[in-house]
Amino acid sequence: MGNNEYVIEAENLVKKFGSFVANDNLTFKVEKGEIFGFLGANGAGKTTAIRILCGLLLPTSGKITVAGQNVYTQTEAIKKQIGYMSQRFSLYEDLTINENFRFYGGIYGMSRIKIKEKTAEMLDRLGIESLKNSIVASLPLGIRQKLSFSVAIMHSPQIVFLDEPTGGVDPITRRQFWELIYEAAAKGITVFVTTHYMDEAEYCNRVSIMVDGRIEALDTPRNLKDKFQAKNMDEVFLKLARKAG
Amino acid sequence: MTDISVYGEGLVKNYGKTEALRGISFSVNKGEIFGFIGPDGAGKTTLFRILTTLLLPDAGDASVEGFHVVKDFRHLRTILGYMPGRFSLYQDLTVEENLKFFAGIFKADISKNYHLIKEIYDQIAPFAKRRAGKLSGGMKQKLALSCALIHKPEVLILDEPTTGVDAVSRREFWEMLIRLKSQGITILVSTPYMDEAILCDRVALMQHGSIMASGTPDEIMSSYPHRLFKISTDRTLELLSLIRKMNGIHSAEMFGSDIHLSVADAETGIEEVGEYLRNYGFTAEKPEEAKPGIEDCFIDFMKLNQTG
Repeated sequence: MGNNEYVIEAENLVKKFGSFVANDNLTFKVEKGEIFGFLGANGAGKTTAIRILCGLLLPTSGKITVAGQNVYTQTEAIKKQIGYMSQRFSLYEDLTINENFRFYGGIYGMSRIKIKEKTAEMLDRLGIESLKNSIVASLPLGIRQKLSFSVAIMHSPQIVFLDEPTGGVDPITRRQFWELIYEAAAKGITVFVTTHYMDEAEYCNRVSIMVDGRIEALDTPRNLKDKFQAKNMDEVFLKLARKAG
Repeated sequence: MTDISVYGEGLVKNYGKTEALRGISFSVNKGEIFGFIGPDGAGKTTLFRILTTLLLPDAGDASVEGFHVVKDFRHLRTILGYMPGRFSLYQDLTVEENLKFFAGIFKADISKNYHLIKEIYDQIAPFAKRRAGKLSGGMKQKLALSCALIHKPEVLILDEPTTGVDAVSRREFWEMLIRLKSQGITILVSTPYMDEAILCDRVALMQHGSIMASGTPDEIMSSYPHRLFKISTDRTLELLSLIRKMNGIHSAEMFGSDIHLSVADAETGIEEVGEYLRNYGFTAEKPEEAKPGIEDCFIDFMKLNQTG
C-alpha cells in the first residue's frame, strides 16, 4: 500500500429509489491490497453501494470505477475481477468440496489445471486435503466459512467483497478467518468487508462509517478513535450512528 | 424450588447422525435474563424449540413454570412468548392486524396488556396500516416482540433477536429487554455475540450441543484459569505470531487493537513478556495486566474441549 494504486474509485456516487436517496454523494477510494471496512447501521445504504460496486445495480449518478472498469458499461468485466461472499454460505451444500471448487472455477473460466492447482493450494492452507471428497453439508460450520472465502478468491480477483462474513461464527473461527483475510490482502487482493463486530473494525486498514446514506467518517481506526475521543471502534460507531434519524 | 422458572435435565436431540443437543441441564430463575451464548450450530434453536413445545426431545426432561414441555404442552403454550430467529409474522397482514391476530389466538385483551408493549409498539404505531412484509428490519423486530408479549407471557423466549443487527440497534434492543425484566417477565435469550453475555443475569456458554460453563458473567470471568495480559498494537499479525513462539505462553489471540495473551506458568510475567518483545524490536508495545472477558473464557473452554 501507499503506492496509490486504486482498485475502487467512487466520486459522488448517488443512488435513488424514487424519492428515497439510498446513497448520497459517496466519494472514496480503496487502494490495492487494502482491507477496507465498510460499516454502517442497518438500512444506512451499505448493501446498495456494494451491489453497485459489484456491477449488479446501476447508480443514479456519479463517476465510479472498479478494477479500472466503469460500473455503468463494463459490469461483465467487473464481475470477472471480483469475488463475493455473503453472510450466508455461498457453497453448494450437496456437492463435495472438490466439486464446489470445480463449479466456481468453471464459472470464472479457469482451466482444469489451474482449478486443480488452486484447489490443492487452498485445501493445503486450511489443512483439510483429506476432506476434499466430503459433502459440504457434512462439514462443521467453521470449515464451511473458511471454504466459502477460499472459493471466493480462487480466481485471484483484484477485489473480494465480504458481506458480514463472520456472522454467527465461533470466536476462534472468527479470528482464523481474519488471519485468512490478512493473508489475501498481503497477496495484493483488496478486501472490502462489512461487519457488525466492532472489534473486527479494528482489523481493517481503513474504515468508512455510513449514516443515513452518507459516509460520515473515513479513516484508519486509530485516527477515528483519536478524532472521536473514543477508546475503541464500538464507541466511534455509537457516537456517529446514534445521531442518525 | 419455587424460584425456578425454566428447568432442563439431560436434554438430548439428534437429527439423524447430527447430535444437536448432547444431554444438557440447566435452570433459570424467575425474573432473570438468562443468556444462551454460542455460535451457529451450538444447539440454541433446538433447545428453544423443545422449551416452546415445538419439538420433542429424544431424552431428558424440561419444564417451564412447573409445566412439562411434553405432557403439559397445551397449557405451556399459553404462558410462553416466543420470538423465533426468523421473522415469522404474517407478511400480508398489517402491523395492527398482526397484533390483533396474536392477541386473538391467546384470547388476550390488547388494551389490558398494552402497558407491556407500549414503549416498543409506540415506535411502530405510525405504521399500523402498513403490511408487516414492508417494514424495515428494526421495525419487524419490534412488531415481533410486541406480538410475543401481547398475551402477557410469564416467560419470554427470544431466539437470536440481535443477529445481523447493527451495534446501535443491538444496544437499544437490550435496553428494551432490561425494561421488560423489571415487569417481572423471565427472559431466555440466545445470541452469538459474546459481548451481550454481560447484560444477562446468568448465562450458559454453548458449543456443539453442550453447555461448557454456566453461571453469572462475573462467576465465569473470575474462574478464568490463567493470568492474562493485553498488549495494544498496530502490528497485530506480526506480534501475534511472535508471541505464539514464546515459551511459557498458553495462548495469544486478537481482540480488536489489542492482543490478549495468557501465560502458562508463574515464571512468565509482564517483565518477561516485555523483555521478549523488546528483543525483537517491539519497543512501543507494553504488556499490561488484563481482566478476562466472556470471549476470553469462551475461547479457553473451546480449546479445552478440543484437546480434552
